[in-house]
Amino acid sequence: MSDDGAADDGTAPTDRDHAEWLDALADGDGFAIVCPDGHGSLPPRRVCPDCGSPDLSREPLDETGTVETYSVVHVPSPRFADDAPYATAVADFGPTRLTGIVRGGDASDDPPSVGIGDAVTVDVGERETDGERLVVFRPVTSAGDD
Amino acid sequence: MTDVRVAGVGLTSFGSHPGRTGRDLFAEAALRAFEDGDVDKSDVEELNYGNFMGALAEHQGHQAPLMAEAAGVRCPATRYESACASAGVAVREAVRTVAAGDADVVLAGGMERMTNLPTDEVTEGLAIAADDLFEVRAGVTFPGAYALMANAYFDAYGGGREDLAHVASKNHANAVPNEYAQYRREVSVDEAMDAPPVAEPLHLYDACPITDGASALVLVSAEYAERHGLDAPVAVTGTGQGTDRMALGDREHLARTPAADDAAAAAYADAGIDAGAVDVAEVHDCFTIAEVLALESLGLFEPGEGISAAREGITTADGDLPVNLSGGLKAKGHPVGATGGSQIAELTRLLRGDHPNSERVPDADVGVAHNAGGTVASAVVHVLEVAE
Ligand SMILES: [Zn+2]
Repeated sequence: MSDDGAADDGTAPTDRDHAEWLDALADGDGFAIVCPDGHGSLPPRRVCPDCGSPDLSREPLDETGTVETYSVVHVPSPRFADDAPYATAVADFGPTRLTGIVRGGDASDDPPSVGIGDAVTVDVGERETDGERLVVFRPVTSAGDD
Repeated sequence: MTDVRVAGVGLTSFGSHPGRTGRDLFAEAALRAFEDGDVDKSDVEELNYGNFMGALAEHQGHQAPLMAEAAGVRCPATRYESACASAGVAVREAVRTVAAGDADVVLAGGMERMTNLPTDEVTEGLAIAADDLFEVRAGVTFPGAYALMANAYFDAYGGGREDLAHVASKNHANAVPNEYAQYRREVSVDEAMDAPPVAEPLHLYDACPITDGASALVLVSAEYAERHGLDAPVAVTGTGQGTDRMALGDREHLARTPAADDAAAAAYADAGIDAGAVDVAEVHDCFTIAEVLALESLGLFEPGEGISAAREGITTADGDLPVNLSGGLKAKGHPVGATGGSQIAELTRLLRGDHPNSERVPDADVGVAHNAGGTVASAVVHVLEVAE
């Protein structure tokens, strides 16, 4: 689901760097831009926003992130009209944090319960309102899930 | 450095002004400021004007020349945009211009027209103050961003919704006598607790309203004030500004606002005071949690202690350190691009003794104003002092 002509469908060209980053995330190859001092950030970057270093490399995100904060949004912007209520979270993925929407495995309309410290994986999903791609977190359920 | 005085302040009433154009709102505020200060508008040498979303709300860009016309001044006019801190930065540049001796009289303020848009479009408009690629596209709204900060705060320091409800209740009580306020009615803690959720843990009364309004200040050099026999007892003695990473997720700490720490430190240094000297504060409470974060950045409370300030009665009108005696953004209203000027207008009135709530702070000599943009990626702090 990566090289399927996303750049030709009329949605990608305005933010090419972002589209490529989402492609990588969808392929399980999510990455951060990291400087020699270990500051992580998200693309596009020419210099590290923390220290100004131009010596940047792509480093993989951790496979599992940790939720640092979240909110269940009841009053959405028009672009999320059909998605609300939904849970937005900020999760730490090692070199950088990501912001995304938490979705469960089922097709329920209710946002899954989420808490600070919860483990999540990251994927790319679609906005229910208009099909635009967005960052999605999925709770990691331990074996013997209660 | 030249001593900078607030010669005159002007506000429109805050609230819904259906059908009134932005230019008419700003003209009302500006003319009131000239009248309040007894300043001849032909003496104005610059206009610094704040506005955030006029291109969306009124389909009107390039607003500064329009506002110069509306106010009846002909001078260099510039629009400043830093989201909800737009007027704060406009005022700050006016202060610096007068302090540097580049002008004797500067008109500064701002205007926002918002109620002519449907609520969902306002929500969309305000969200553009966040990082479009990595926040807005991930569902972060303006209340949602502050909700993320609120939950991070509760996790780091404790506290909860009821503490925030006390902030809302306090600011609503303060707005009751304020003739410019949008919501001049009390809201009980229970009422705030029972309101519907906007972005959990924030509910309806944690959020500021959608507001039309304008603010204007006439800032002059002390020498000009003396030469013209003006009664301008309040001086702007300190100004500071800070910037942080745009996206909340990129901040060092999700429950702190370092841009405001930096702005406060610079403003206090400029004024030669420390936080202990502050008698009264107007802070950017776009959401109740924002007041808590502001109090801590201003050094008025230690991190983790601001949350209980309203509940314990320290920041209420009869407390030791009254905060948002105007009603704050929360109850007075938040016409985004006008707010930074409105805070300084209210603080000036409080210090001069002609605010309906001045009797709450009869001995106040030092006031501080805190204006924030976005999720405090931008912050401006000003120190006002009674100079004579
Ligand atoms: Zn770096």
